[in-house]
Amino acid sequence: MKIVVCVKQVPDSAAKMTVENGQVSWGEAPLVINPWDEYAVEAALVQKEAHGGDVIAVSLGGESAKEALKHALAMGCSEAVLISDPALAGADSQAVAKALAAAIRKIGDVDLVTFGRQAIDGDMGVTAAQTARILGWPALTLVSRISQLDSSSRTIQVERSVEDGRQVVQGKLPAVISVVKDFGEPRYPSFMGIRKASRANIPTWGLGDLGLAAPVSVVSWPKVENPPAREIKTEIIAGSSAQEIAEQLADKLLAEKVL
Amino acid sequence: MDFELTDEHRMVQHMVREFAQREVAPVIKEYDRKQEMAPFVLDRMAELGILGICLPVRYGGQGMDYIALGLACEELEAVDTTLRVVMSVHVGLNSLGLLQWGTEEQKQRLLAPQARGDKIACFGLTEPGAGSDVAALQSRAVRQGDIYVLNGEKMWISLASKAHHALVVARTDPDAPDPHDGLSAFLVELDTPGVTTGDIHGKLGVRAGSTGWIAFQDTPVPLENRIGEEGEGFKIAMSCLDNGRYTVAAGATGLIRACLEASLRYAKDRHAFGREIGKFQLIQQKIAYMVQSYDAARLLYLRAGWMKNRGLRNTRETSLAKWFATDASFEAASQAIQIHGAYGYSDEYDVERYLRNAKGAIIYEGTSEIHQLMQAAYALEYRRDAPLRCELPPYDAATWQ
Ligand SMILES: Cc1cc2nc3c(=O)[nH]c(=O)nc-3n(C[C@H](O)[C@H](O)[C@@H](O)COP(=O)(O)OP(=O)(O)OC[C@H]3O[C@@H](n4cnc5c(N)ncnc54)[C@H](O)[C@@H]3O)c2cc1C
Ligand SMILES: Cc1cc2nc3c(=O)[nH]c(=O)nc-3n(C[C@H](O)[C@H](O)[C@H](O)COP(=O)(O)OP(=O)(O)OC[C@H]3O[C@@H](n4cnc5c(N)ncnc54)[C@H](O)[C@@H]3O)c2cc1C
Repeated sequence: MKIVVCVKQVPDSAAKMTVENGQVSWGEAPLVINPWDEYAVEAALVQKEAHGGDVIAVSLGGESAKEALKHALAMGCSEAVLISDPALAGADSQAVAKALAAAIRKIGDVDLVTFGRQAIDGDMGVTAAQTARILGWPALTLVSRISQLDSSSRTIQVERSVEDGRQVVQGKLPAVISVVKDFGEPRYPSFMGIRKASRANIPTWGLGDLGLAAPVSVVSWPKVENPPAREIKTEIIAGSSAQEIAEQLADKLLAEKVL
Repeated sequence: MDFELTDEHRMVQHMVREFAQREVAPVIKEYDRKQEMAPFVLDRMAELGILGICLPVRYGGQGMDYIALGLACEELEAVDTTLRVVMSVHVGLNSLGLLQWGTEEQKQRLLAPQARGDKIACFGLTEPGAGSDVAALQSRAVRQGDIYVLNGEKMWISLASKAHHALVVARTDPDAPDPHDGLSAFLVELDTPGVTTGDIHGKLGVRAGSTGWIAFQDTPVPLENRIGEEGEGFKIAMSCLDNGRYTVAAGATGLIRACLEASLRYAKDRHAFGREIGKFQLIQQKIAYMVQSYDAARLLYLRAGWMKNRGLRNTRETSLAKWFATDASFEAASQAIQIHGAYGYSDEYDVERYLRNAKGAIIYEGTSEIHQLMQAAYALEYRRDAPLRCELPPYDAATWQ
């Protein structure tokens, strides 16, 4: 089984995002592996443990994205590849998907590609589907469980978490899946993995290596702003009994049309 | 000179932090109140390899260096002292003692299961009648053919009721002209007949940890479990303390950081006289002192870790790091409570627990008074470290694998 996991480097979820002159900034906050992508790594590693084979982590980003790849290696991935090219600056999700698809083809003989459900900075949640489209492979999104993976009959069966319940979906391999939190807590990096990751030599592939021309983004984002600061009023309700306080609270909530 | 942590160090720090914050922080208050160790803690620390972090892979460890040990201790104590105490006794006082003084056979037989976390290890030096004055200890080990018969009681022993192995120092030669030379060290398997253990309750701090007693009544200890030569017990105990104190220093540094972080949050949140209390200079002064002691404590323990990596004798530097960090952590916790006002005085916030825990570390592994005596004695040249028959092996990435 050859599995690719796509991971993105994003600002820490605790970072305070601000917009300065139309540019998004996260100050001094550290960059980390996209938290959703840890579930994607976990899903890939579980399959590798069950069926044998390799898990290759791929990230598109600047040099710092190697940190996300090292995290994936420390968790147990066998190899990592960075896609980096100055011409990819400002890429939209379709351009990202094209580059990821080209890397997956270059790796060759890939059976399964796992993605996180979305990147916590871009929040598009579309890259998995777009990559599948470019590869011409089935896209099984929002997967909470891989119930079957059969490399001889080349089939995969998954459970999808949807708002009103669960769906069981079958597809053909090779396939692309995106993984949700219900999959189960991702493992911590192991010390052995950490040592391997810190010594790893991560190759960088540019557009030339992927046989791609500079992508033309079809989406741009001319305006980005922080949400307007909200006025918050705090009021403490006093009363002689819990009953009285609760009644007052209920009246206020009804008056404000909250309920 | 290089002050930068390696990628490896940063990843270790991150991994241990994730474990402590995600799994232990949410439940620590509950176990601290119950005066019980969270039941999953030792198993998880074993499973994640934390219990063998800096031991060579060929002895069942994870092959990291001594700095990684310090960084892990800092992260663990930033959540709770009891996690770091596990490292102090299991790794610092016991396993590193075996690495330093054990024979190859002992390392395979006794150290490897500890490094893998299959066996939990503790350290029994203190007795009801002997703490700082180690040479006054009363436990007796009498050789009878291929065994020693052990009698005596050890008191205030961390993990006494949880451990499978104890490194015990007992008197083998009551007639030695210098009582320091009459002591020997033994690795006692605690399921041996004649061993009883129990926990002490009602402690000020370290409440989510186990601290107890171990009594030996005609306990047979096989000859092959004697660590070092007969008469080397005092030297071995002091070597163990060089490593235990290092973990305490690093842990206390983490405690200072926790006090600082809690204080920063509260100082920005709490308002008095129409502004956040962080705007008051007297609050700022307390924070400035915490920043100062955090940085100083961190540099002191990292220097000691660096010396261990290089195989340099570090008794003085480790003692200094331990003395400074533990005193400073108590002060930081006290000031953190002050910043929190009445709320800091309740267990709704963590800072009161920090204070109770900080006090313990000023007493164990050498009281602050003992460290002051040591520092003065080095400065006055009344004290000098003689080379040991077995030194702690320097870290070497290749041989550690
Ligand atoms: C302010 C701003 C606005 C933007 N608006 C748009 C827009 O409207 N339309 C648009 O197309 N793009 C937009 N982008 C760009 C977009 O964020 C990135 O191009 C991109 O990586 C895809 O979207 P996402 O990060 O939201 O990923 P998602 O689609 O949310 O990510 C899903 C999964 O795809 C994988 N993945 C995503 N990115 C990478 C990567 N770089 N390397 C490896 N795996 C990856 C991960 O597994 C991730 O969990 C915007 C960027 C900025 C800064
Ligand atoms: C939570 C906790 C965990 C512990 N865990 C362990 C463990 O795992 N293993 C273990 O062996 N022990 C352990 N101990 C015991 C600890 O190491 C001893 O308590 C410590 O060494 C001090 O000994 P003592 O309590 O007998 O105090 P004493 O030695 O009786 O000292 C009493 C006071 O006199 C002072 N004093 C003593 N001698 C001098 C001097 N020469 N000059 C100036 N002042 C002096 C001391 O500093 C102290 O203030 C633990 C203790 C605690 C509280």
